[in-house]
Amino acid sequence: MSNGQTTSRYTIERLQSIDRRIIFVFIAAAVIIPLLLGASLKEETTPIVRALFDYVDHLPEGSRVLLSFDYGPTTAPEIQPMVDAVLRQCIERKCKLYMMAVWATGHNLVGQTIEEILKSEYPQLQYGQDYVNLGYKAGSQGLIRLLVVDFKRMYSTDAAGTAIDSIPMMQNIGNLKNFDLIFSFGGGFPGIKEWILYAGDPGHIPIGGGCTAVSAPLLYPYYPSQLVGLMGGAKGAAEYENALIQAYPKFSNMPMAGMSLMMSQTVSHIVIMFFVVLGNVLYFIGRNRNASTKPGGEK
Amino acid sequence: MKRTVPLLITLVVGAALIIADFVPHRPFGTLGDDFSLYFDIIAVFAFILGGGNLVRVHIMKLSKKRKDWPFSIVTLAGFFIMLAAGLLKIGNPDDIKGDVAALGSLFSDLYISIFTPLQASMFALLAFFVGSASYRAFRAKNKEATILLVSAFLILLGRTPLGLWLTEGIPDSISFLELPNLANWILDVPNLAGQRAIMIGIALGVISMSLRVILGVERTYLGQDND
Repeated sequence: MSNGQTTSRYTIERLQSIDRRIIFVFIAAAVIIPLLLGASLKEETTPIVRALFDYVDHLPEGSRVLLSFDYGPTTAPEIQPMVDAVLRQCIERKCKLYMMAVWATGHNLVGQTIEEILKSEYPQLQYGQDYVNLGYKAGSQGLIRLLVVDFKRMYSTDAAGTAIDSIPMMQNIGNLKNFDLIFSFGGGFPGIKEWILYAGDPGHIPIGGGCTAVSAPLLYPYYPSQLVGLMGGAKGAAEYENALIQAYPKFSNMPMAGMSLMMSQTVSHIVIMFFVVLGNVLYFIGRNRNASTKPGGEK
Repeated sequence: MKRTVPLLITLVVGAALIIADFVPHRPFGTLGDDFSLYFDIIAVFAFILGGGNLVRVHIMKLSKKRKDWPFSIVTLAGFFIMLAAGLLKIGNPDDIKGDVAALGSLFSDLYISIFTPLQASMFALLAFFVGSASYRAFRAKNKEATILLVSAFLILLGRTPLGLWLTEGIPDSISFLELPNLANWILDVPNLAGQRAIMIGIALGVISMSLRVILGVERTYLGQDND
């Protein structure tokens, strides 16, 4: 074997066993730099997201929309932009907003969302008349099942401890069938699937969802007969925001969290693809070389 | 006796809930809802049980100075501080009557300042490990792996605005070749078929396992303890 071949083999082996921290630096740069630059790319709304947006957009004034915050800080960067966009659209449609959580970690996020979106952008909305924070209740799918039968049996007070019957917008709520649409945000357990199985199907209640990108493929089988539409990951959020801006141009100058993530996601996907291609090229070069140096195939 | 009673409870409750689904009349019609309520009550008690177990395990670890015992101090401190902040509603602007998560309360501050960045950091690590694992393990070693690799590339490109930008010039007659359309096709057709097959398989497995548990054929959930 010549010196050139030895050097080349050595280089390939070194590249194959590259320190993973080098890959980490590339990934970090791919995520951070686009975020700092604040660049964004053109987005188009796919049919599964469009179906959800159109459904909300055709809700009559005063429709009751239940939003369940079934996520935590881990997935908030992906899910929160969806929640914000849906809230803005629901308020434009003059819907009544009922917010709750079947995840303990979602309870705080309801409060934060009320502060950041409802109170700061729509100060004219009144608690108890236009929106209500019902907070978290334990019980997972058991809770959902009971809410289909009797809502107030499980929620006798709101999150602040106010008696549920003293809240004006709760007067005509007997069970989940009184809602025009239920949104579940978050793809874990309990989440969209449990809302479909224990509320949507038995109660014939329309369910819409927003989940992480990794959970979305698992929920596709429920669309369109059991799920009105679905937003999957930051891409789903960005598509919904795009639809929102097209329908309500007043939002065009507002920073949209989902769309601002897309450049970062695009660059990081490219970096991952680059490493996959590089890994495969090195693998095939190494394999061919090994085959050619085996006994019988040695040159 | 220790095994017979749980087996009988399982048989009676399991059979009653199956009947409740097919007979909408009293007393069976309301059984499902009643048991859901019992489930909720048990779920609340499970929090106490879980918390108690966490404390017990870490106190044992501390007392015996097992490996990584200093981390147990952090766990116990985190647990008791959050518990006190939530139960006593320390710093809550609406006092003890207010929402436990009201902004300005200690519970909310701990959630926003410590819990949120910790959880977000843990999840963010995935991006680095996905990148590293893709480089080392995602190889087109055979036909199946190559199909998976090509699909992954189409999804990676098609699920970003770059995919749209790269192929938006394609004529309408062959617009199915646009990367976002190809990515959507993969999700809508092969993924959907696979997911449905898995779901049907799981459902059949759950039915079979449930029947085994109800009829007492499957007893591993009772543990190894014999009468």
